Amino acid sequence: MSEYITHDRRGRSVGIVQKKYFTFAYPPNLFPLECGAKLGPITLAYETYGQLNADRSNAILILHALSGDSHVAGYYSENDPKPGWWDFMVGPGKAIDTEKYFVICSNILGGCAGSTGPSSINPNTGRPYALEFPFVTIGDMVRAQRVLIEHLGIRKLLAVIGGSLGGMQVLEWALRYPEMVHAAIPIATTTRHSALAIAFNEVARQAIMADPNWRGGNYYDGPRPEMGLAVARMIGHITYLSDRALRRKFGRRLQNKSHFSFGFEVDFQVESYLRYQGRKFVERFDANSFLYITKAADYFDVKRQHGEGSLVKAFSKARARFLVVSFSSDWLYPTYQSREMVKAMKKNELDVSFCEIEADWGHDAFLIPNEKFEELIHSFLERVSREFEP
Amino acid sequence: MSLSLKDLRFDLQIIASWIEPGSKVIDLGCGRGDLLLYLREHKGVKGIGIEKDEAEVRECIQKGLTVIQGDLNQEVLDYPNQAFDYVILSQTLQQIYTPHILLPSLLRIGRRVIVSFPNFAHWTIRLDLLLHGRAPKNPQLPYEWYDSPNIRVITIRDFREFIHRLGYRVIREAPVSTYNQDRQGKIVKRWANLRATYGIFMVGKEENGRKNGN
Repeated sequence: MSEYITHDRRGRSVGIVQKKYFTFAYPPNLFPLECGAKLGPITLAYETYGQLNADRSNAILILHALSGDSHVAGYYSENDPKPGWWDFMVGPGKAIDTEKYFVICSNILGGCAGSTGPSSINPNTGRPYALEFPFVTIGDMVRAQRVLIEHLGIRKLLAVIGGSLGGMQVLEWALRYPEMVHAAIPIATTTRHSALAIAFNEVARQAIMADPNWRGGNYYDGPRPEMGLAVARMIGHITYLSDRALRRKFGRRLQNKSHFSFGFEVDFQVESYLRYQGRKFVERFDANSFLYITKAADYFDVKRQHGEGSLVKAFSKARARFLVVSFSSDWLYPTYQSREMVKAMKKNELDVSFCEIEADWGHDAFLIPNEKFEELIHSFLERVSREFEP
Repeated sequence: MSLSLKDLRFDLQIIASWIEPGSKVIDLGCGRGDLLLYLREHKGVKGIGIEKDEAEVRECIQKGLTVIQGDLNQEVLDYPNQAFDYVILSQTLQQIYTPHILLPSLLRIGRRVIVSFPNFAHWTIRLDLLLHGRAPKNPQLPYEWYDSPNIRVITIRDFREFIHRLGYRVIREAPVSTYNQDRQGKIVKRWANLRATYGIFMVGKEENGRKNGN
């Protein structure tokens, strides 16, 4: 996911919010992971907006994408220059209305925005885990989120919503804990990565690991593999846009010049954009987290994990009502991949609605204010909350 | 948002009256979802819509309906056998490339198929062809031959024969004559193939060796 964070046009906001922490799996009760390793203690950073109602029937869990975090909406302080990553979607009177719903988002396990990940201190060594951090899967991320949700006293979620890697977590929630999910909205996502998606991730990982500062992941006491991580981010940005989006945004326009430089500095605007995005990203993201999370995304495979090779069998576990949304210009997780999950849901006679929104902005379209999209989420939530009896 | 029967297009009013309360319905080419909304509100029907137009799909979801954006010829293939009590194909048959392939697949997923279509044997069309030698065009079929989505020219008689040839049976039929932009109309009792602007049929498979139930 890219960053498109802007202030709300109508000035509506959840206001000042606070990041909270929840720690569990203290030794000896370590958290078993799918890879066979055990991890603990585990901290999840999370934020909540709105109020949980008396019968606890208005909780919505938002799942963030690769480079997102728990900060969905609002500001951390009066002087905070920008709001959370989905501020246009979440807030009072917005599509995910915080006057009506209790909204939760936690940073994923393996992340680097407050939750336990490779940059966290390994209690056994007193140093950052680095590559001693065990491999985590999308399933592990969701299992950790469930501990948090139960800690918050919620037995059943009104809805789970997320785009991209967040959409994978939505699917995982719906299949792993069907009794806890009333409605599910997987957006711009897939039941498993195509070779194309794995290929891009692998190039991004190679860029990090080829950076001499990476040093087998043990860079926390010295210079960080900034160039590698920046290149990884640039690759990501290309996949999040589209041919059309890039043409519209940059074309072949030159950056602050009218003639080629005949050198390797920036000539084109698109080069300047990618370099800027790369630089910005290394300030807030950990390279090892990037490696772990992209690998988790590549391993994610609904068929294999839940259906013994059959997507139809996998979705036979689900009980939620679904709204599946794709975007026409998304070439990372194209519409046909959404249709595959819709097809498997239909074969199980699940209540599923599907809409492909015509949008130019590629995979990133779900992060850009869009009234049609917001209205869709809003009205689907209205409907499922009417039907919900916890 | 409440919808009364009179708010529906006339052929949909007839179709709605044929649906048993509490049944499971799929509406192929459901448009803005008026029929499904009416059936949900007045007959407690659990409905699903298929629609290819994104804006209409969004409108259906805004009405709280379950709808899938896609091509109906493809979408119907994914449902289990006899998943529905009724499969509705209103004013869409004339735009289907292979009706003889579609209809059996509809009777696979549903017990009854309800079809409505414009009757190309209406007397105004016959007269126009006879007197002026022009391709069909009237208030029900407002297109020119070159831009018409209606690639299949069907008459009530043709449809009845088509059903028999496929080995199915007509369970109910209502030839209707509509006016006021198809919002109102009446059932045509005599000379239906000449006087009806639309044919509405309920089709099922042969049961217990019965022949041609109507």
